[in-house]
Amino acid sequence: MTEWLPPSLIFFVGALLLPLLPGKARKIAIIAVPVLTFWLITTLAPGTGWHYQLFGHDLTLLRVDRLSKAFGYVFTLNAFAAFLFAAHLRGWHEHVAALFYIGASLGAVFAGDLISLYLFWEVMAVASTFLILARRTEKANRAGFRYVMIHLLGGLCFLAGILLHLHAGGSVGFEAFTDRSLPAYLILLGFLVNAAAPPFSAWLSDAYPEATVTGGIILTAYTTKTAVYTLIRGFPGWEILMVVGGIMAIYGIVYAILENDMRRILAYSIINQVGFMVCGIGIGTALALNGAVAHAFSHIIYKALLWMSAGAVLHMTGKSKCTELGGLYKSMPFTLIFGCIGALAISSFPGFSGYTSKPMIIEASVHQGLYWVWLVLEVASAGVFLHAGIKFPYFVFFAKDRGLRPAEAPAHMQAAMFFMAFLCLFLGFYPQPLYAILPFPVHFKPYTFEHTINQLQLLLFSALAFFMFLPLLKRTDTISLDSDWFYRKGGKLFVSVTDRVFNGLNSWADKVFVRRIPELTARFFASPGVYLQKLVLIPYYRIQGMSQQPIQQEMGRIERRAREGAYPVGVGVLLAVLFLTVMSLLFFIG
Amino acid sequence: MKPKREWDWLDHPQNIRKLRIAFYILLALTVLPDLFMHKHTLFHRVESWPGFYAVGGFLSCALIIIGSKLLGFVLKRKEDYYD
Repeated sequence: MTEWLPPSLIFFVGALLLPLLPGKARKIAIIAVPVLTFWLITTLAPGTGWHYQLFGHDLTLLRVDRLSKAFGYVFTLNAFAAFLFAAHLRGWHEHVAALFYIGASLGAVFAGDLISLYLFWEVMAVASTFLILARRTEKANRAGFRYVMIHLLGGLCFLAGILLHLHAGGSVGFEAFTDRSLPAYLILLGFLVNAAAPPFSAWLSDAYPEATVTGGIILTAYTTKTAVYTLIRGFPGWEILMVVGGIMAIYGIVYAILENDMRRILAYSIINQVGFMVCGIGIGTALALNGAVAHAFSHIIYKALLWMSAGAVLHMTGKSKCTELGGLYKSMPFTLIFGCIGALAISSFPGFSGYTSKPMIIEASVHQGLYWVWLVLEVASAGVFLHAGIKFPYFVFFAKDRGLRPAEAPAHMQAAMFFMAFLCLFLGFYPQPLYAILPFPVHFKPYTFEHTINQLQLLLFSALAFFMFLPLLKRTDTISLDSDWFYRKGGKLFVSVTDRVFNGLNSWADKVFVRRIPELTARFFASPGVYLQKLVLIPYYRIQGMSQQPIQQEMGRIERRAREGAYPVGVGVLLAVLFLTVMSLLFFIG
Repeated sequence: MKPKREWDWLDHPQNIRKLRIAFYILLALTVLPDLFMHKHTLFHRVESWPGFYAVGGFLSCALIIIGSKLLGFVLKRKEDYYD
């Protein structure tokens, strides 16, 4: 019976039960959930299950094939390591958010139709926001707000695409899109927002570095890689993705080089790495898609490892800027070693996991005769070593010794990093288990002598360039403008314009209707007879050429008469006559 | 108890020099095999020349660094820019 249990269910049940458990049991439960789910995924047989009806559509909660299983494996593996790394957390709030987030991403990967996918998509967006808010700083709150707004916008795009697709008679099942129509493009756009494709990429580098130490590690894996999964499933071979992927790969490098915050450097390098995958999806051959899946798999592991080492540094020192860090190799040697293993893996150094996955994509571009794609990917490969492979470890652990002597990271963090570092090396030397779970049969041999020598040349001479141009790479206390400028500054502009217009209108109305008019009417009705007489008589005397003095005397007389009640007719009669006059005037004019 | 002495091998300039020389030797070693083997051509003949990937890697990075530096003049702002 277990083979028909959706993997996401274990995470959701875990999330609901976790707050009820006492502290010790909670720690065991949080590790048990991913382990149990990993085992469950190994038992899942290809096919579909958990059909249900919603909005008059037949929906499928569980669709198992090689593609969804490959992502399921790495999602749960990463969850295990991330929760081990987070074992020091006392509260349950962050864990619950993480469990919902990871559970929803598993749900999305195993969903067989667009509507289920959309529902999980939105749960991911909301749950992940809490990992950012959990930092409990003003900056994190603001970044979290921007983050969720962009994701809701992307989600709306996706939803609009689904509705138009269904309206046009499309099937609700989530399969590869073949017709290049508006609904398909809207859905593609929704996916690309989550894949952090420029110009919709700023949410990633804006929000992830503001998340908590442990939240950041969890965030790096799921949102973008679920998007990679949906792109592989829905848009294989869409040529535009080659262009998008190439731009992402280069964009990530340039921004990472300009960046000062170590976790933001790593955030930009996610965009760079996802660019390789998106490019592979655009190429769309079996080799390229295998490469995209394999690279997503190893990327999740080494990227989590890099974020863990950066997280350990942040946890121990409370600092994350390159300009405040340096020389940590003396007191955090193990974190340094683990970080370097991650850095070599992301750079696809021979012997590490990136080397057995990324070259599949590059080779696929050669097979298809795509010269420009090949060139961009090779240039970007060199650039990866530059920005993530050397820059991150160099500025954090070496460079200038700033006198920081934090203790080594706690044991559970080191254990988690050891686990991920082991996987990086294992997949680098022995990628066969990974190749065995890829969607298509693999005939790829990474370790030919020629290929290995080429890669070593490419990377080591990149390192040479790094050290030769080091003066140009010195970090400064700056941030770099990104596309979030448009909504951050644009938002401020919108606020100030609306502030001027509506608050201006408000204060004008306040002045006129609340103060001016009641004041005038109050003055008028205090003694309407006097007021009316003055109103008529003053201009009348003026016209007659009377000077100021006699007018004042006359007015004084009128006021005195009113006070003493010396009018032959009462005020009421006066008003009645006035009213009749106005009425009759209206009558005659009308 | 005396405090443990820090590992300061990297603090000495002569050691950095040793590292640099070792690095140059490593660079030479990676290019060396190119002189004695036949390399495949992917798109153009130039890819089979010895040291193509070495030059390619170096030039790509130089281009990226200089390009980023130039873009930095346009894009960099003070940290409190958005506050």
